Amino acid sequence: MANPILSLRGVTKRFGGLVAVNAMDFDVAEREVVGLLGPNGSGKSTTLNLVSGALPLTAGNVTLWGSQISGLPAQTITRKGVSRTFQLVRLLPSMNVRENVVAGAVFGHRRRWGREAHDHAEQLLERVGLGGKGDLSVGQLTYIDTKRVELARTLASDPKVLLLDEWLAGLNPTELQIGITLIKSLRDEGRTIILVEHVMDAIRSLCDRCVVMAAGTKIAEGTPTDVLSDKEVIRAYLGDDDA
Amino acid sequence: MNLTATDIRNLILAAGALGVCALLPLGDNGYWLGLGVTVAMFTVLATSWALFSGPTHYISLATAAFFGVGTYVTGLGIDSLPFWVLVGLAGIIGAVLAALVGLATLRLSGVYFVIFTLGLAELVRQVITWVQNNSGQKGLYVLTDLDEAGIYWWLLGLATAVFLAGWLIGRSRLGFALRIIGDDETVAAHSGINTALAKVMLFMVPGAVAAMTGAILAPRYVYIEPSLAFAPILSFQVVIMALLGGASRLWGPLVGVIPFTILLEVISSNFPNQTTLVIGIAFLVIVYLLPKGFVGLLDKAMIRFNGREGA
Amino acid sequence: MDILITGLLLGGTYALIAMGLNLQYGVARIMNLANGEILVAGGYFAFIAYSAAQLSPLLTIFLVAPLAFALNWLIYRIMLQPLVNRAKSRGQLETDSILATFGLSFIGVGLMLSFFGGDYFSYSFMAVPVELLGNTYGANRVVSFVMAVLICGALYIWLNRSRAGLSIRAIATAPSSARLVGIDVKHLSALAFALGGAVTAVGGALISTYLTLDASTGVVFTLKALIIVIMGGVGDVRGTIVAALLLGILETVVASLLDPGLTLAAAYVMFLGILLFRPQGLFGKKTT
Repeated sequence: MANPILSLRGVTKRFGGLVAVNAMDFDVAEREVVGLLGPNGSGKSTTLNLVSGALPLTAGNVTLWGSQISGLPAQTITRKGVSRTFQLVRLLPSMNVRENVVAGAVFGHRRRWGREAHDHAEQLLERVGLGGKGDLSVGQLTYIDTKRVELARTLASDPKVLLLDEWLAGLNPTELQIGITLIKSLRDEGRTIILVEHVMDAIRSLCDRCVVMAAGTKIAEGTPTDVLSDKEVIRAYLGDDDA
Repeated sequence: MNLTATDIRNLILAAGALGVCALLPLGDNGYWLGLGVTVAMFTVLATSWALFSGPTHYISLATAAFFGVGTYVTGLGIDSLPFWVLVGLAGIIGAVLAALVGLATLRLSGVYFVIFTLGLAELVRQVITWVQNNSGQKGLYVLTDLDEAGIYWWLLGLATAVFLAGWLIGRSRLGFALRIIGDDETVAAHSGINTALAKVMLFMVPGAVAAMTGAILAPRYVYIEPSLAFAPILSFQVVIMALLGGASRLWGPLVGVIPFTILLEVISSNFPNQTTLVIGIAFLVIVYLLPKGFVGLLDKAMIRFNGREGA
Repeated sequence: MDILITGLLLGGTYALIAMGLNLQYGVARIMNLANGEILVAGGYFAFIAYSAAQLSPLLTIFLVAPLAFALNWLIYRIMLQPLVNRAKSRGQLETDSILATFGLSFIGVGLMLSFFGGDYFSYSFMAVPVELLGNTYGANRVVSFVMAVLICGALYIWLNRSRAGLSIRAIATAPSSARLVGIDVKHLSALAFALGGAVTAVGGALISTYLTLDASTGVVFTLKALIIVIMGGVGDVRGTIVAALLLGILETVVASLLDPGLTLAAAYVMFLGILLFRPQGLFGKKTT
């Protein structure tokens, strides 16, 4: 890849004796949507945690536009423009919906404060389909709406790279369609996104390229169609007997 | 800065209340003024305590340590420096000490912080006692012309500064960052907040304020010695008053300070041996009956009232 | 050499007390700040039994242990279990239990003050010298150490060999997984809390044979036990013992070479070092 925005080289994470992520290498180009796939426990979320700085790496490095970000604390990585959602939605319970979004706007990559942050949050709420719900408390929201709030918070600092950790998981079929449309619109805006995902429909319609993991290691990389018909990928998902 | 009509109204009300409080020494110079000084002292300490512990939920028991350091600043410097310089100096030393304690403990979980601050007063006390024993000096005399009324006005000034600082912090990015940290530290870090720095910076406020309070009160003791200046019970009283009132609002601790100071006053003059028991019971009352303090009760009542009105 | 052995003898009893706290914090997840008051109560009990009925503290501990067990079991069930049930997060339980056990601690001190007054108490039990490696030590210190070693050893074997012990260790390691494999976490947490209290009270009875205590010294022991537990690593028996011995030696060294008034300060400096360089405990693995 000529000029990747994000590169992982030899990224490894060990928990005691267990190797959760083993020498992962891949690049992400600007404006590209990359899916990170693999069976449960294959190390996808851990990889995302290593990129966002939620966990320290055991070995290897991550670079953002050529400068190393691995080893930096999460807040510094966020400020450099990598923003994420969490596998289990994490909202700020003592704040209303708008403040939850403002929280993402004040300290991140592009900073706003006061009136500007407030207006920006309103725009983003509109953008994710929560227009006019800014004054609700987060306890009053439906499941998909909590996910929308978190997405808006993540977008609030104008990140260069967006990390979505199973953002579509747990949605019912109607909500799933809404969710896919929403992420597609982000993609159409030209955002760079890495998404950890299980929903195959979403992967086919959203991703330019996929990286498939099994037992902590990369086993395939390519277009969604290619990797989903790859023998090794099928074996990883379904077990040896079926391959 | 843009102030709403409510802000201005509150500021005027606060200024009025302050004016009334400032008149107290003119009316009485004995028992009531003495009580006034105690209430003012605990208001300053509990309010500044809650500025840090309210949003972060860290329980600091370091008040006695900072307070004691402040009294010693006055005790050691009173012969060579003017009083107001000593109060300022105590504030700076308190803030630096708080920053050091914060850097060592605030990146760890709350338990470590509690334990460390619990022993901090004792640590400083033992060191000062040791130094004094080795230099052959037992205590310090603080002789000034500052009378009870003077101390009261100093404390009132400090209280004003604390409330103003709290109000400004509440409107600042730092205050907002602290609210996010209190809710979810992981989200805070992933929103770009340097959580350790924010906590340490805010912890410097109660550190400085408690040291200044100690410096202001030193003349009241006349003779200071380590076991008096670093009495650990002070830290606990502050925690109880702040939580009893409610640490989630700026004025919350004040609501706890007044009744609890009076209660302690009554208990200690009538049943001097039972103060420990009262403090113990107060802790249990907070945990089991008033987890959000009087402020929480008030909020609940308001919601009920508004709900009925809306229905 | 003399200092080293005196330190070890003291550290043995510290280990016992810290084991009690570690059971309570590691398993029941309650940072029990009233632990020192249980210790002092154990000491009072031994003192009264000895001065009123000439009952040897070595026998009294068999009375102290079940009483302290019952008392702590009740405290856990009545006061702490509700906090565990209502806590929405680990942090909230931490704050609640710290405040509640502070309350218990003050109430404990208050009760002991009103029953026994604020005087120091001590009694002369086996205050005869014995010779060890060329130096003499109080027999009471040596006997207390031996008892502490026996009890620690018994606890260690019980935790590692028995079914209940294994379950308790499972809870300490992974409370949510323990629940999944059918371990009754609620019941065993209460058991561990009560057992921890009993161990601490026995430690108090033993320590009262050679140290002077009073109603309000509990907090000093709580602090020491906390420092040992954190230094040794939460839930780590071996670490607790090593840390306790280290603290015992450090205190004795500081007391005899510098000033007895600085022992707690020295313990604190050691604690600060641990916080700065090994917050996961002496033998703990860095967790991420």
